Amino acid sequence: MVASRPEPLLSVEDLRVRFATEDGIVGAVDGVSLELNPGEILGIVGESGSGKSVSAQTIMGLTRSPNASISGSVRFHGNDLVSATEEDLQSIRGQEISMVFQDPMTSLNPVYRVGDQIVEQIEAHRELPRDEAKRRSVELLASVGIPNAAERVDDYPYEFSGGMRQRAMIAMALALEPRVLIADEPTTALDVTIQAQIMALIQRLNEERGLAVILITHDLGVIAEVADRVLVMYAGQIVEQGSLDEIFYDPQHPYTWGLMGSLTRLDQPPPERLPQIAGQPPSLLSPPSGCRFRPRCPHAFEKCTELPGLEERLAGASGHADRCWLDPQDKKELREVEGRIGLEVLTRGSPAGAAEGEPV
Amino acid sequence: MARFIARRLVGMVFVLFAISVIVFLIFNVIPNSDPAARIAGKNANPELISRVEEDFGFSDPLPVQYAKTMKQIFTGELISYSSRQNVDEQIWKGVPVTMSLCIGAALIWMSFAICFGYLSAVRAGMFTDRALTILALIGISMPVFWLAAILLYYLSFKVQLFPTGDYVKLTEDPADWVYHLLLPWLTLSVLFIGFYSRVLRSNMLDVMNEDYVRTARAKGLSERQVRIRHVLRNSLIPIITLFGLDFGAVVGGGAILTETVYNLPGVGLYAGQAIGSLDLPPLMAVTMFGAFFIVLFNTIVDIVYAYLDPRIRLGTAAA
Repeated sequence: MVASRPEPLLSVEDLRVRFATEDGIVGAVDGVSLELNPGEILGIVGESGSGKSVSAQTIMGLTRSPNASISGSVRFHGNDLVSATEEDLQSIRGQEISMVFQDPMTSLNPVYRVGDQIVEQIEAHRELPRDEAKRRSVELLASVGIPNAAERVDDYPYEFSGGMRQRAMIAMALALEPRVLIADEPTTALDVTIQAQIMALIQRLNEERGLAVILITHDLGVIAEVADRVLVMYAGQIVEQGSLDEIFYDPQHPYTWGLMGSLTRLDQPPPERLPQIAGQPPSLLSPPSGCRFRPRCPHAFEKCTELPGLEERLAGASGHADRCWLDPQDKKELREVEGRIGLEVLTRGSPAGAAEGEPV
Repeated sequence: MARFIARRLVGMVFVLFAISVIVFLIFNVIPNSDPAARIAGKNANPELISRVEEDFGFSDPLPVQYAKTMKQIFTGELISYSSRQNVDEQIWKGVPVTMSLCIGAALIWMSFAICFGYLSAVRAGMFTDRALTILALIGISMPVFWLAAILLYYLSFKVQLFPTGDYVKLTEDPADWVYHLLLPWLTLSVLFIGFYSRVLRSNMLDVMNEDYVRTARAKGLSERQVRIRHVLRNSLIPIITLFGLDFGAVVGGGAILTETVYNLPGVGLYAGQAIGSLDLPPLMAVTMFGAFFIVLFNTIVDIVYAYLDPRIRLGTAAA
């Protein structure tokens, strides 16, 4: 954790991304603000469609297209990336901010050798003689734990396993020692043992080099292992943000309770049915008015028809903010379900009694 | 790799054998194809015809005739029935002409198709794309012989911009060689430019959505580098394989109509004449020639594909 408050590396303010589609305008990201401090691992948690990937890709300008409308600001090194030119963005991508994507199987070009693709990353920003760049890529592969790097560097992606490919992607992303690594679900497509290795690698890079990481995932277990601070996203908005401990031990938003409650616990007897949050995430074409979680929230009341702002509602401002109108005092009781934090009561032998997604 | 090639070569031999048998059988079944009568001429009497039959062995059982014909093809002794010329020699003389036509057309059509396909894909949905799409569809829809006739009529007859046909050897006068081949090249290319540009456009649009293209952008490559090194490179693989097959087909017989209309003395023209007179020996030989090229190019295409797409090598599928 960072003691003082140095200048944040990356500062996103009120980012909104809308896509024009055949069916209408999709509000993928609706007012996201965040700060990434040096050496910090910021976790972004949410379901599919919550806007976490689009936010991350927009930071790097990868969502620019004729049908995308992007507003807000992304400040990096004193420059606003939303209004930056394509050339400026190209200079930043891979060199200052790098990104690793979800599916390593398809994220590398199958017809070029792995080493050549790393060299391409290097040569995109530096003038280096070929063999120097090649040497560097062997070093990089070795540094992420690829055995026999000197030989493997000439392999094609299909000759690497999934875990190795993801390591190669990370090596490639870090080739030019960027300040920020955005990892978009880096382990979702990998099995758990490989997942542990990749997360250990990311953590090591963070500790040894002070690499700031934005880690996007839907897996709370991964977040719990490595994140310093956490953003919880739902339907294109941040619904809660805080330190790791605050989110896990003192969550303030019913959606977060639902997420915590849906974790399977080894220290308790197994339930009849795995707990879940009733209902479906809303359509981003026409999100519900007011609080977007309202249709699925068993604790919704009249005030919830008005969209809550993302505010610190607990005494002693610590950076822990949420979008919920409930009184913080009441929250402590409301979130206790059968001795754990959760959203629904698990009844035996019948579907969860609490909420069937009825709007108040 | 060597085993792969050896297997394909053996396969080639079998295919060629099968084709030769089929062609031979077909031509012996077609009505009006009694070769003895044709050779004997218009005013032949039955006696002359039966003597011709004996001389040429037309009363022998078919397998024997087949074996004789095949032997003659390979030893270069095959004589055409109607014109009494040596078939192999005629084919040999026609090859440079056909190759000039086909290779030239191939270079033209690939260059234009790649340019147009690339532009169409990169400006998909915009005016350039729509215009090129319409042109492509027109190109694909025009029959070769019709296009040839139209071009000749307007550009050669009405306005004497181009020669009316015939062939000038490269060794005699390169400039004139080109001049005489321009219209034929254009005629043969138009269809393929239309087709290949559409295929490339479609491939590129698919590849642009691939994850590795997103990775390339995230690396900070310029849009142009992304388009050429990642999108185009991967999109060309199916194009190259299609090209191999089409080129083999064009050499093997696709040029017949073009050569006929422009009066280019190539293998295609020779084949056209042989079809007209139902002359079996040239037809057999030309068909074998065509089949050989198509099978050869099929094999080359397979080998080149393995080179271009490393996942295909050694027969192991990508994970």
